[in-house]
Amino acid sequence: MNQLKELFENKEGKILSIYFTAGFPELNDTEKIILELDRNGVDLIEIGIPFSDPLADGPIIQASGQQALDNGMTLELLFQQLKNIRSKTQIPLVLMGYFNSIMQFGEERFCQKCAEVGIDGVILPDLPLEFYQDTYKALFEQYGLNNILLINPQTSEERIRKIDAVSSGFVYLVSSNSITGSNKDLSLQNEYFERIKKMELNNPKMVGFGIHDAKSFDHATKQTEGAIIGSAFIKSLSDRATLETKIEKFVKSIQGAKNILKEANLEL
Amino acid sequence: MQPTNGFYGEFGGAFIPEMLYPNVNELENEYQEIINSEDFQDEFRNLLRDYVGRPTPLYFSKNLSEIYQTNIFLKREDLNHTGAHKINNTIGQILLAKRLGKQRIIAETGAGQHGVATATACALAGMKCSVFMGEVDIQRQAPNVKRMELLGAEVIPATSGSKTLKDATNEAIREWINNPVDTHYIIGSVVGPHPYPDMVAQFQSVISEEIKVQLKELIGNENPDHVIACVGGGSNAIGAFYHFIDNGQTNLIAVEAGGLGVDSGKTAATIALGKKGIIHGSKTFLMQTNDGQIVEPHSISAGLDYPGIGPVHAYLADSGKGKVVSVTDEEAIKAGIFLSRKEGIIPALESAHALAYLEKEKFGKDDIVVVNLSGRGDKDLATYQKYI
Ligand SMILES: Cc1ncc(COP(=O)(O)O)c(C=O)c1O
Repeated sequence: MNQLKELFENKEGKILSIYFTAGFPELNDTEKIILELDRNGVDLIEIGIPFSDPLADGPIIQASGQQALDNGMTLELLFQQLKNIRSKTQIPLVLMGYFNSIMQFGEERFCQKCAEVGIDGVILPDLPLEFYQDTYKALFEQYGLNNILLINPQTSEERIRKIDAVSSGFVYLVSSNSITGSNKDLSLQNEYFERIKKMELNNPKMVGFGIHDAKSFDHATKQTEGAIIGSAFIKSLSDRATLETKIEKFVKSIQGAKNILKEANLEL
Repeated sequence: MQPTNGFYGEFGGAFIPEMLYPNVNELENEYQEIINSEDFQDEFRNLLRDYVGRPTPLYFSKNLSEIYQTNIFLKREDLNHTGAHKINNTIGQILLAKRLGKQRIIAETGAGQHGVATATACALAGMKCSVFMGEVDIQRQAPNVKRMELLGAEVIPATSGSKTLKDATNEAIREWINNPVDTHYIIGSVVGPHPYPDMVAQFQSVISEEIKVQLKELIGNENPDHVIACVGGGSNAIGAFYHFIDNGQTNLIAVEAGGLGVDSGKTAATIALGKKGIIHGSKTFLMQTNDGQIVEPHSISAGLDYPGIGPVHAYLADSGKGKVVSVTDEEAIKAGIFLSRKEGIIPALESAHALAYLEKEKFGKDDIVVVNLSGRGDKDLATYQKYI
């Protein structure tokens, strides 16, 4: 397994990761969205587990989660939808959600299911570092599940080192002091991105929260391996066009920047 | 009743996104030292006395005692400035926020009592104040919205989810993530991530501290046989229990809001129905689906309409140190009207739940029963009116 490791080792150029909420816009769109993102050249996919009270999320992801729950989405169903996904794509898949969902599902059973369907890692923003380390790290590792922890601009250097030591797969740089979907000006974050880069962490760094177009993607990835787009992608799904059209159009709008970057790198 | 590493048994903790870690960690590192300092204690105690109006009376209710054939004392938190126990906590937290160098306060509110108490403390301390309140509650509790505005606070409607207390709490936490440096979040009950439950419990513990002194004076014995209090998040209850926990003598009775009945699907009886999980950064019992989605509770009283319960109460209930019961909307209304007619005291609908329990258990003739009257009922007139 471990497509994540492979991705970061082999990828030239910047990594584009897309987040979507499972069960949105339609209950059974999960597989289709994954395959379309893969087909359009996205490198990594984060599948959001909808939750009634997503503390770290802004209005767009909240609303998509609520719609997904209204559609009948559950974690149980998500694993069913993903049952055959590895026969169709090898793109790295990460589940993102809130810890209560995992507790109710059963922590070990969750890890088992992840291993079974071929999930590479998880992002659980409200499972704190210390508690994870003391209570769940051994279990996650037993099932080969990467746990990706978050860093934000306020995180102290000492704590960043701890997070880096416990994280695997990558570390998630929250772009600014914000919940998801806020479009704060990323040019104010240069000092932060540079500071983290200079720390030479063990893990690759992906920036997320508020990345919404080619320009912000470009900006966020100057000092990092890649970036994650969530709210802006989900927003683009509310267009009337078919899923295929919407996804292609959105990914192209970001890929533009990636390609330009690639060319620039080649010239160097 | 102090938590160990932030946990009461297995309950509590700080299940928060990393973005909140610096804020919560700052609080965790500083709160106990600040609260214990002489300078803080002086200012806190003086304000409780001169501004809030403490100590609140412990009133022997002759009429209720005769009716129920026991000895009933009412702890009159309704006589506090702003009309409820909530201000004990907001005064404590505003003094703490000042010492942490914060410039702005955010808070959540359900019934509006905590919002009013926060707006009041902010006016007093000269701090900017934003209160998140569910859109539905803004409709239900209009007079308290006006009070907050008059006090200079900004009331921000929470329009996500079910648009009530849990969503207002979510919005306040999100706002704190967005403004981590200059803002302090004054949470309104013994809920949320550690150290909030402990901090709020310490500020509210003045209730049982006073009961002890007052009982000693009135009957020569500082420990009652029973203390009864309503629980939403559980701040007035823990305040009333605090100094009696583990004394081997006092039964601690927490009364949850049963709504239309525990099995009706329209209830806020968290301990009766809840399963272990995480809400607002704390591991506790909460009302949720099998999939872990938090269920919207129902209670006639907006202040008890919370799908979780403070982790300390989860621990007291789970360990058998406390007893948790529930009464229905109808029983609470009846008890509220009963107290109004028999004693000339109109209780908050929340507090009426504690009073309603007097009908449910036969106490001994010589027993000493303290009921915590957490607030006054002026805010609930519109609801009472429908039943008289
Ligand atoms: C008068 C009164 N009592 C009780 C409560 C419930 O809160 P807690 O359980 O934290 O005391 C409230 C909440 O608004 C209230 O206003």
